[in-house]
Amino acid sequence: MNTLAPLPDETLAGRLKWTLHDYRTIVGQEFTHLWRQPVNFLWALGFPIVMVLLFVYVFGSAMDVTGEGAGVDYVAYAMPGMFAMTMAFGFTNTAWAVAEAKEKGFVDRVRSMPMASSAVVVGRNIADTIHAAIDLFVLFLIALAIGWRSDGTFWETLGAFAILLWLRFALIWVGVWLGLMVKGVEQAGNLFAIAFPFGMVSSVFTPPELMPGWLGAIAAWNPVSATATAIRELFGNPVAAGNSWPEQHALMAALIWPVIITAIFLPLAVRRFRNLGR
Amino acid sequence: MTTTTVEAVNLGKRYKDTAALDGFDISAQAGTVLGLLGPNGAGKTTTVRILTTLLRFDTGSATVAGFDIARDARQVRRRIGLTGQQTAVDEVLTARQNLVLFGRLFRLTKARARERADQLLDQFGLRDAADRQAKGFSGGMKRRLDLAASMILAPQVLFLDEPTTGLDPSGRREVWDAVSGLAADGTTVVLTTHYLDEADRLCDRIAVIDHGRNLVDDTPAGLKRRMGADRLEIVAADPADLAVLHGIVAAVADGETATDEGASSVSAPVKEPVAALTAAATAVRDQGLTVADIGLRRPTLDEAFLELIGTTQKEGQQ
Ligand SMILES: Nc1ncnc2c1ncn2[C@@H]1O[C@H](COP(=O)(O)OP(=O)(O)OP(=O)(O)O)[C@@H](O)[C@H]1O
Ligand SMILES: [Mg+2]
Repeated sequence: MNTLAPLPDETLAGRLKWTLHDYRTIVGQEFTHLWRQPVNFLWALGFPIVMVLLFVYVFGSAMDVTGEGAGVDYVAYAMPGMFAMTMAFGFTNTAWAVAEAKEKGFVDRVRSMPMASSAVVVGRNIADTIHAAIDLFVLFLIALAIGWRSDGTFWETLGAFAILLWLRFALIWVGVWLGLMVKGVEQAGNLFAIAFPFGMVSSVFTPPELMPGWLGAIAAWNPVSATATAIRELFGNPVAAGNSWPEQHALMAALIWPVIITAIFLPLAVRRFRNLGR
Repeated sequence: MTTTTVEAVNLGKRYKDTAALDGFDISAQAGTVLGLLGPNGAGKTTTVRILTTLLRFDTGSATVAGFDIARDARQVRRRIGLTGQQTAVDEVLTARQNLVLFGRLFRLTKARARERADQLLDQFGLRDAADRQAKGFSGGMKRRLDLAASMILAPQVLFLDEPTTGLDPSGRREVWDAVSGLAADGTTVVLTTHYLDEADRLCDRIAVIDHGRNLVDDTPAGLKRRMGADRLEIVAADPADLAVLHGIVAAVADGETATDEGASSVSAPVKEPVAALTAAATAVRDQGLTVADIGLRRPTLDEAFLELIGTTQKEGQQ
């Protein structure tokens, strides 16, 4: 008495239905994780919170970002940067989760099952995006608590958060690709060495023109800077933008960068996933 | 009528400079248990990963449950279950949540997935731990959960890579019962193992593999038969008696008599085991000797295995 897994009828609609079913199941699994491990979630938020306190209260008093004197308006400048940085660092969480699923054999198990194997990747993506939205919301509340305000309209504010998630969404593909590339969870932990300069060599805490020339140029063109500057504009926070193209057209750059990142890393991630059988 | 549900011909798989599989053949009939037996690095896991569509191969072809693994991977996946060498459960979830999750991914309805989870929790002795996170499970409990997950569908072909490694005796027994039960219901089981008693007990056929090649493919009884006759063995109480005992054993032997000084024992193959034993025992008594032990030793699968592997290693060195 053997039981067959029901095969979706070969119609497009049938396959789509089961594919969505699989995505939903995997996203549900991710939520159970979140629910079961609230502590992990808090740890993940711990880093940006510590950074906020450090920069705003320790270094911030010495920073003159608006040209009006040290410490002036630094909270208004740094908070959007903090949002952008949290999104930028997020890909390490994705990479870590993917590396763990691979190392623990979970990916193999799923690949030997009749389900849509893309569910591992797409489910991860959906879950991480939702995860990031929760991160942002908590940070938003903390920002309000330390006196940060958005001067933009409701829609501008909402748009700023959408732009943040847009960056995070694109970086998920980077995370998936890296997670499949690294040898295991231990190596995935080292990815922070990439995330750190990626997040910090940007306009997140310091305007690029306060940096040495070459570093400032890198920072100005960093996708994270584009997002940070764009949301500063939308929030009506101090901008301190230089003369480079992405700083002058921050909103455009913040929309385009994630497209470029996705165009490069989505195919890489898919190919890497397909080649797991090598 | 017997049907072949797993058939692989001339499988080859190279990793850079090692040939993991080098022209390997296997075949298993419906409802039977096939054991893959071989030392570390022989190519067992590679074989399982190829047959479960996880790994591409370089040469040869294979069908599982009637479908070509390269061309019809999706059809194959609907009909197989896999427990890999590594335990692959979601440790954050509870045992029950794991089984329901995999049931859902096998596309059972929610109600059916829950019902099946309950059955499997009972069958694998996980009832009491059902609602605890798998993270806190012992290695054996995780392994049992892992096995349960691969049996959700009562698959047509079940692949188990070292299913009982790390299990305690009662855990092994549960696994053996589950495997025998599935086979009795028509599931073909392909399992790898290092335990010869397990292969002896569970498998209808054993394929011995080394360096990615077939050494032997036989029934457990057939493998033992290759080892030849039963042996009569006498263990001396006093090593000084070894020479006399050698004479006694040689008198009834059907082949060369061997003395093992370290174990203070003398042994030889015998043709009529019971007659030889009686004759030797009588001779020992007549000469007024005391011995530590006297008895018949059947060749074990361990010996058959070591002998086979030893032979190829010698060949390899030449
Ligand atoms: N990803 C890999 N890259 C390179 N070589 C590999 C890889 N996987 C396996 N091998 C090699 O292929 C050979 C067969 O390995 P395999 O894992 O199939 O052995 P096994 O019989 O399962 O061994 P064990 O009893 O230790 O589990 C070994 O020599 C191994 O080193
Ligand atoms: Mg192995």
